[in-house]
Amino acid sequence: MDIDKDKILISHSPHLWKGFSTTKLMYMVVIALLLPMGAGIYFFGLSAVYIILASVITCFLTELAIKKFRKKQFVNDGSAVITGILFALVLPPRMPIWMVVVGAIFAIAVVKEAFGGLGHNIFNPALGGRAFLAVSFPQQMTTWVAPSGFNADAVTTATPLGQSFAHEGSKASLYWDMFIGNTGGSIGETSALLIILGGIFLLAFRIIEWRIPVFYIGTVALLSYVFGSDPLFSILAGGLMIGAFFMATDYVTSPTTSNGKIIFGVGLGLLTVLIRRFGALPEGVAYSILIMNAFTPLIDKYLKRKPFGFQKKEAA
Amino acid sequence: MSIIKKRSAFAGVKLPENKITEEEPVEKISLPQVAVIPVQQNIGAPCEFIVKRGDTVKTGQKIADTDKFVSAPIHAPVSGKVSRNKQVLNPVSGAVVEALTIESDGQDEWIDMEVIQKIADIDDLRQVLAMIEKIPAKDILGKVREAGLVGLGGAAFPTHVKLSPPPEKKIDTFILNGCECEPFITSDHRVMLEFGRHILLGMFIISQVLKPENLYIAIEDNKPDAIEYMHRLVVEMGLEDKVDVVSLPSRYPMGAEKTLIKSLVGREVPMGGLPMDVGVVVNNVATCKSVAEAVLEGKPLVEKIITVTGAFQKPKNLLARIGTPVSELVDYCVLQDRDKYHVILGGPMMGVAINDTGYPVTKGLNCVLIKQGKAGREQNCIKCARCVAACPMDLMPLMYPKYVKKGRHEECKQYYISNCIECGSCAYVCPANIPIVGYIKTGKKKIADKK
Ligand code: SF4
Ligand code: SF4
Repeated sequence: MDIDKDKILISHSPHLWKGFSTTKLMYMVVIALLLPMGAGIYFFGLSAVYIILASVITCFLTELAIKKFRKKQFVNDGSAVITGILFALVLPPRMPIWMVVVGAIFAIAVVKEAFGGLGHNIFNPALGGRAFLAVSFPQQMTTWVAPSGFNADAVTTATPLGQSFAHEGSKASLYWDMFIGNTGGSIGETSALLIILGGIFLLAFRIIEWRIPVFYIGTVALLSYVFGSDPLFSILAGGLMIGAFFMATDYVTSPTTSNGKIIFGVGLGLLTVLIRRFGALPEGVAYSILIMNAFTPLIDKYLKRKPFGFQKKEAA
Repeated sequence: MSIIKKRSAFAGVKLPENKITEEEPVEKISLPQVAVIPVQQNIGAPCEFIVKRGDTVKTGQKIADTDKFVSAPIHAPVSGKVSRNKQVLNPVSGAVVEALTIESDGQDEWIDMEVIQKIADIDDLRQVLAMIEKIPAKDILGKVREAGLVGLGGAAFPTHVKLSPPPEKKIDTFILNGCECEPFITSDHRVMLEFGRHILLGMFIISQVLKPENLYIAIEDNKPDAIEYMHRLVVEMGLEDKVDVVSLPSRYPMGAEKTLIKSLVGREVPMGGLPMDVGVVVNNVATCKSVAEAVLEGKPLVEKIITVTGAFQKPKNLLARIGTPVSELVDYCVLQDRDKYHVILGGPMMGVAINDTGYPVTKGLNCVLIKQGKAGREQNCIKCARCVAACPMDLMPLMYPKYVKKGRHEECKQYYISNCIECGSCAYVCPANIPIVGYIKTGKKKIADKK
């Protein structure tokens, strides 16, 4: 007896799927982001909570609205939530909420969806949004406050990379503050400790690959040393850690091969050190990543993998 | 000599095994009342039928042949009457091929076979080895061809061709492939446990033709009983100085020739090349069993062992005649009641989904798998590079869907699409559930059509 033909389905091989979907993957990243997010809230209090909420909700709704408007199916794959969190984490802790909303809309509408949505964007949406705000509202984007937790009256301060930055106390206590996050800076960038823990989580579950963060951070440390500055200070300061673990490793905007990832990491380190040292800006992580994002398609095109059994063409 | 352990030398993936039939001894399924025989059952040239409607045939009688070298003749799997010619759609290749049907007379009357030694009657294996050494290579190759042998691991490449490398290609290594790396399939595992002597005799016969310096038996470590047993037989036959039994990690696709050769002897078959280009010939265990039967018992290839597994009440390993409709195997193992089925010829990774179970067992078939398909629909590629990390051929699979969709086949070539062995590792790990292999097949076909 033949099986009823209406019951038979046809599909391509393979007929097995691991089942680790994009959505699951993205929510693993969200879990990892809870650590730096928690640090941001701990050090910068309620205003950090508001900014994160505003950013996540705006990103989510913007993506939903655009998909509806274009009559495309909205997939709640978690990528808008990640952009929302990351965007909030790279903003100063006292950013006015309406500016956060404007930036988040820009990040999703222009940097992500205008290119065709998840997978097609060239630039990291969160960093694109941040760059947009830095141009539009330079003053608010460079106003930092000292960590004061839920204590409302925060005093303005400089980030460790700022020219007016001064630290009282021993060098060891400076490193310690930078390591745990007790310094001025963006909401999510100050605590190297929790960012690294989040990064280890991502590495352990093989969500990200080690090459980009290791080569990025390694290059910054090495070049800082070559240029005569303090390598440990350089890697703990500013947005390097969050950039290296959570932004530079963004799949869509980074190369896919191992060699490509190494070049990408080294390029990032080089740009970051150059911008910090010679540029007009104190911090260069965001721009380094955006610049290297632009090179990613080229790296994937010209740095193809050598396939199994590849042999150089013999001279004919 | 003890069992050697080797590591895998390629990326690949770890798969759930689902070898639910590994303890099911091979069971013989009754002869088909009507056997359907497609004229093409191997890679290479098709045959032509040499019998016609109304002829009576005996089991094992040659019914189709060709004078092309890269091909293998076909034999009647049952005795009876040739009842009609028809055309069948080969669901695997998508091509319409000539076929004829034989109505069984139920007698299963065999042709006279030229028996040198009945394998079942052997007491002293060593004596048989001495006897085999005296058979000239030419005779062996002739018998292998006449028996219609093809690679039984799924590729169906004519065996005598594989065993006739051009003289400039020196073969120094022969690998007996007992890896069986696809989930669900256990036919080779059972063949090793139940026909180990046949296999080793076949291997020894092949080594008389190729004269390799190194002989390996390669088995994945998820079949420890088979490793153990093959090793014991090697010792029993006094071949322990000549043959190494190697245990390999169960990593997919270990059983593919190129990945197996690399893991075992560290050589990379060049792109577009064959194992013989690096001095290696690989044969599957079931093929070696058939080689022994062909050479020692004169028995042509008319039946084979097939795993029938998945959504069955009684999944089994069946010995079935070629030409038996797949639907009879399915009925024999009793289907579980399901809403929807995927009927797959072959394993879950490389097998082909069909919608017509009237198609018969052919020489290349090693598994009938019925399972519910994978869920979900294709999403955007997020460039996560999981496919890149998994590909055993070191390709960049994500590029193929992208360029095939746009019809840009030149780019596919630049990313070496022809080097893809369609193992499916990339699509298996893809979080966006992209049917990458489907795109690759389309791309390859478009490129071939253009030539
Ligand atoms: S695994 Fe899938 S989503 Fe990831 S890069 Fe490959 S094709 Fe794209
Ligand atoms: S590209 Fe081909 S060889 Fe590579 S994993 Fe995919 S199917 Fe296998």
